[in-house]
Amino acid sequence: MSTPSVTRRLRAPRSAVGRAASSPPAARPRGAWARRAPLLPALLFMIVVTQLPFVGTLVISFMRWNALDPGDRGFAGIQNYKEEFTDPQLRSALTTTVVLTAAVVAVSLLLGLGLALLLDRKFIGRGAVRTLLITPFLVVPVASALLWKHALYNATYGLFNGTLTWLWSLFGSDNAPQPDWLSVVPLLSVEASLVWQWTPFMMLILLAGLQSRPTDIAEAARVDGAGAWHIFRYLTFPHLRRYLELAALLGTVYVVQNFDAVFTLTSGGLGTANLPYTVYTTFYQAHDYGQASAEGVIVVVLSIIVATFALRTVSSLFREEIR
Amino acid sequence: MSATTLTAPAAATAPAPGHDPRRRTRRNSTLLGLLAWLCGIVFFLPFAWMVLTSLHSEQDAATNPPSLGAALTLNGYREFFGSGTGVSPWPPLINSLTASVASTVLVLLLATPAAYALSIKPVRKWTDVMFFFLSTKMLPAVAGLLPVYLIAKNTGLLDNIWLLVILYTSMNLPIAVWMMRSFLADVPVAILEAASIDGAGLPTVLVRIVAPVVAPGIAATALISFIFSWNELLFARVLTGVVANTAPVFLTGFVTSQGLFLAKVCAAAVCISLPVLAAGFAAQDKLVQGLSLGAVK
Repeated sequence: MSTPSVTRRLRAPRSAVGRAASSPPAARPRGAWARRAPLLPALLFMIVVTQLPFVGTLVISFMRWNALDPGDRGFAGIQNYKEEFTDPQLRSALTTTVVLTAAVVAVSLLLGLGLALLLDRKFIGRGAVRTLLITPFLVVPVASALLWKHALYNATYGLFNGTLTWLWSLFGSDNAPQPDWLSVVPLLSVEASLVWQWTPFMMLILLAGLQSRPTDIAEAARVDGAGAWHIFRYLTFPHLRRYLELAALLGTVYVVQNFDAVFTLTSGGLGTANLPYTVYTTFYQAHDYGQASAEGVIVVVLSIIVATFALRTVSSLFREEIR
Repeated sequence: MSATTLTAPAAATAPAPGHDPRRRTRRNSTLLGLLAWLCGIVFFLPFAWMVLTSLHSEQDAATNPPSLGAALTLNGYREFFGSGTGVSPWPPLINSLTASVASTVLVLLLATPAAYALSIKPVRKWTDVMFFFLSTKMLPAVAGLLPVYLIAKNTGLLDNIWLLVILYTSMNLPIAVWMMRSFLADVPVAILEAASIDGAGLPTVLVRIVAPVVAPGIAATALISFIFSWNELLFARVLTGVVANTAPVFLTGFVTSQGLFLAKVCAAAVCISLPVLAAGFAAQDKLVQGLSLGAVK
């Protein structure tokens, strides 16, 4: 959901883009309305469903309002915010969100790039391999989180420890290490499952980018004696850059908001609670509406910072397209 | 790697160049093909494991080391569909289907005219409008959840599937507008002008000329919208309860209420993922276009 301030920040790219692209000035008001009318339902819908609730969140964030104590409701000033900033839990949730998002996006982007390069060449069964690779992205996120938690990570009968037992038994040993993955490396476990889920997404976008690249230039370079590395570095990579940016941006948007994996795998324990999960618990379990709203507002403010960078990337893509 | 080091000196000293490098390329390409297959299998393995586990009995599912050759059974699926326990997954599955399909229809009804206004005859400040739509997607859903919850509670809309339809529509509408705009931008203006000279009104132009041209784009948009609605957990978890819970909510509750029966849980996860898997496999190319907001073609 959004805030008015994001739209205001976006005025900057518009003035550059809008002038070049805008149609001739609307001289006849009737024509202008005919052009605008089809846009209005969607626009009004988005404003009512996303902007108004945020105004509500903003108002409640300045209130003392705990559903478990209905008698004590009133104006709290900045009390909720003050509590948030002195609360180590929120700070840890903030760090977790940043670490989780950065790690998942970086690793899945790199893996996705490698896989896209592998799949860009012809080999037997390429279509089949692509289908195998996109499967993780198509499994319902909750289902995939349950799969990792119970069928893979489980300390007693998960696949990982089962494989360790089997490997050790090959060498005649029956005391293979059996770590309880989710408590030994909780954040890494969450990250691994998310990398599994998001690598195919990165791969698909980068593969589309690779296949849209003109082949004749690379061909000419090869004839001129350029090696594979040089072709990648000076031809493929520059072409891929915008696709890499797009993949990173969209991945970030979705991973920052991740709720399913944290909720299912660790229930936010052992330092894996990210911001969305923290807001969820404050609201849904502690029933502290004022506090939850303040957290929501803080999340939005932080998101605006990320979104400003992200939207700048998109607007540069957009400008290219208009030209 | 080893192929390169072995053949490199040979290529340098060989009197007939052009022969060895080609063989080297062929061998490399076979190796890379095998590597791709290996990666594909590694990524598919967890899913394959889920399917295999779902087909085992509970005893065989929970063994260490894993039992690959155990007898297969459909008991997990039978249990999931409620013949053993009496908890039927059908209402949640039907709720998910209703919410996803209804919101997809609503998304298309709202996004198509909007994208038309933004692409074929751009309104002034149209880039502002585009970025407004996108900005709603950048910001976390939790920020507006509480007021929606309170309003729903006070108007009796809590635990109502139509509330989810509205929220899912707002979740997917921005992406849909972006995607549809890029598809509609491909419609040649000349055809539209010819049509309006012939006296066709806006509805006629939309239905008779624009819609057929962008049909593949509409299909891609619908697919994405369906997948994201089907997968959504947070809204459904907070805003539904007994009557309107969706398949993902049912799945999380399934584990807690039944205790851990691995085969049954895996069967449930497979069943709930099936509609999305089927749709995604059937339309892989469209998925790419859709997920990249129509920017990648």
